[in-house]
Amino acid sequence: MAASLNADDLQAVAGGGLLHRRLLLKSGLAMATALAAPTVAQSAGPDAPPVLPENPSSPSWLHQPGKPFSSYGSPSRFENRVIRSIGANRDLPGNGVSWTPLESLEGIITPSSLHFERHHNGVPDIDPAQHRLAIHGDVSAPQMFTIDNLLRYPMRTQTLVIECGGNSNAGWHYEPIQRSVGAFHGLVSCSEWTGVPLAILLDQVGVDPKASWVIAEGGDAAIMNVSIPLAKLMDDAIVALYQNGERIRPENGYPLRLIVPGWEGVVNVKWLRRLHITTEPAMARNETSKYTELLPTGKARMFTFVMDAKSLITSPSPGQKMHGANIYEIKGLAWSGRGRIAKVEVSADGGRSWAEALLQDPILPRCFTRFRAAWNWDGKPAILKSRATDETGYVQPERDVLVAERGRNGYFHYNAIVAWGIDEDGAVRHVYA
Amino acid sequence: MSMRNTTMRYGTLAGLALAVFATSLSAAEPLPGIQPRSQAPTLGTPMSADDITAWNLTIFPDGRGLPPGHGTPDQGGTLFAAHCERCHGVEGRGATADELVGPPTPPTDADPNKSIGSYWPYATTIFDFIRRNKPPETSGSLSNDEIYSLTAYLLAANKIIGTQDVIDAKSLAQVKMPNRDGFVRIDAP
Ligand code: HEC
Repeated sequence: MAASLNADDLQAVAGGGLLHRRLLLKSGLAMATALAAPTVAQSAGPDAPPVLPENPSSPSWLHQPGKPFSSYGSPSRFENRVIRSIGANRDLPGNGVSWTPLESLEGIITPSSLHFERHHNGVPDIDPAQHRLAIHGDVSAPQMFTIDNLLRYPMRTQTLVIECGGNSNAGWHYEPIQRSVGAFHGLVSCSEWTGVPLAILLDQVGVDPKASWVIAEGGDAAIMNVSIPLAKLMDDAIVALYQNGERIRPENGYPLRLIVPGWEGVVNVKWLRRLHITTEPAMARNETSKYTELLPTGKARMFTFVMDAKSLITSPSPGQKMHGANIYEIKGLAWSGRGRIAKVEVSADGGRSWAEALLQDPILPRCFTRFRAAWNWDGKPAILKSRATDETGYVQPERDVLVAERGRNGYFHYNAIVAWGIDEDGAVRHVYA
Repeated sequence: MSMRNTTMRYGTLAGLALAVFATSLSAAEPLPGIQPRSQAPTLGTPMSADDITAWNLTIFPDGRGLPPGHGTPDQGGTLFAAHCERCHGVEGRGATADELVGPPTPPTDADPNKSIGSYWPYATTIFDFIRRNKPPETSGSLSNDEIYSLTAYLLAANKIIGTQDVIDAKSLAQVKMPNRDGFVRIDAP
């Protein structure tokens, strides 16, 4: 198949056989070649036994009626392994996380059912008729809003990444963790959020010009609270009622979630019930004991809200297998809490040389951007990396640079370049390189 | 955005808005996809002083928001064994949940300890967190005196206060944690 491409197309633009991204833009031929190459997730290699239905030209579902309508759909039973992996406390099963299976998903939207979770004391079963949003503190007219009333306000929709400040924390370990990309980096998900711009409600309660902080509180059995600078909330926060077109799922904050674009997950308070307008932070547990990063100097970074640019190769990735020398499509995700992704580069030689990946539309601020690159793998050991640059010029750092700057005891905000080692058999492993 | 587009877009919404909220349209050019704030309905209901008291759980580092009550490390030790040990371990170490009592090593230590005594900047946070969330299976079940006692126990076990000290709203706000000045604000004033 590769032979049908012209010689220029297959000219590597970086070490290890990375091809020019224009190859992916060519109509028909080039795209088909990239897609027809054995995809790492399937066992389509020459040694793999063919997995064909007994009679693909006339399967049984052509000859009997299918199931009737369903009032609420669900995935195919053949996709039942595409699930969140869960890490919870043994004595308190509602405390822990679940990771998005990034390696199994395409495009940029995370299905709501696969959105990552971080709960402190379980998922509350909130009756929206009994839920209120209270806004009080340094305001002239403290008010409570019902969900029914909020549904009557003008709304805004934004497609946004939410990333936990603790995502990817295994990256600080001395040895590279061997897990799927989702179970390592999957405390990040991307949804379309719709709700009332918070500035509208803040205007209506009459915020005192002296005020500078807002303490946001959730309605779970941890009554989780965090302090957020008022200016950011005035600027672009949403009190969201909808996720991916439907009302927010309970585990994502039903009936109301504070959405703070680009900022770490913990401030995107789920089950939002109270906003206390003040002049100083509360110094709550989740902004002191946690979500702070201890540096080698002994000082700790605090209120590190912005999630810096990051990228990951989701295919090929650990747990998947390459099947022999061929042209592969490398694909991955990039995002930045500071705005749009400007560029993603991919390396197949451990970072010695880089080729620019194709960024797939849409490229939205603070949203997943899907990138793709064509790779003519020669079947020899290789090290794949991706490196994101955002529109502010911020470049995702190499791991040794991040570790030198932050030490190993910070735990939160790990966004270093991720390296996958490919061996001669096509197995993919997480490596530090 | 052209005037015509604006008119069309808001023309459609205007019908809805008028029918539902009797809201008037302003002529101001909106941000793309955002209606002018002046166009929004005003549907909040006022909160009375009593409402605010009932809702407000915030405790500030200077002690504002702390309720009346008091407790001692001894009383707290008994409560800790009954309500907390199962997950946090005997004397706050060694079980499935976070270590609550650690060695008093400074954060500059090569293997630093990030538990209450060596890391937390404010003692008020202990009271606040226990009141919100503890014990997790029956949160909200402890009295203020019990929460003060547990706070006193954790402070004493971390050698921040003496074993005979009484903790109440005033004394808790006065506790100076060793790592008070250990933090630098990154994305906040
Ligand atoms: C059922 C298990 C369980 C019980 C019982 C329990 N805790 Fe916890 N506790 C946890 C877990 C799990 C966490 C971590 C919470 C998180 O990260 O969301 C935690 C966290 C804490 C923290 C914060 C630790 C830190 O370093 O940030 C404090 C303080 C605390 N618990 C105090 C108590 C007290 C006091 C009691 C008894 C009244 C208690 N806990 C009972 C499971 C428990």
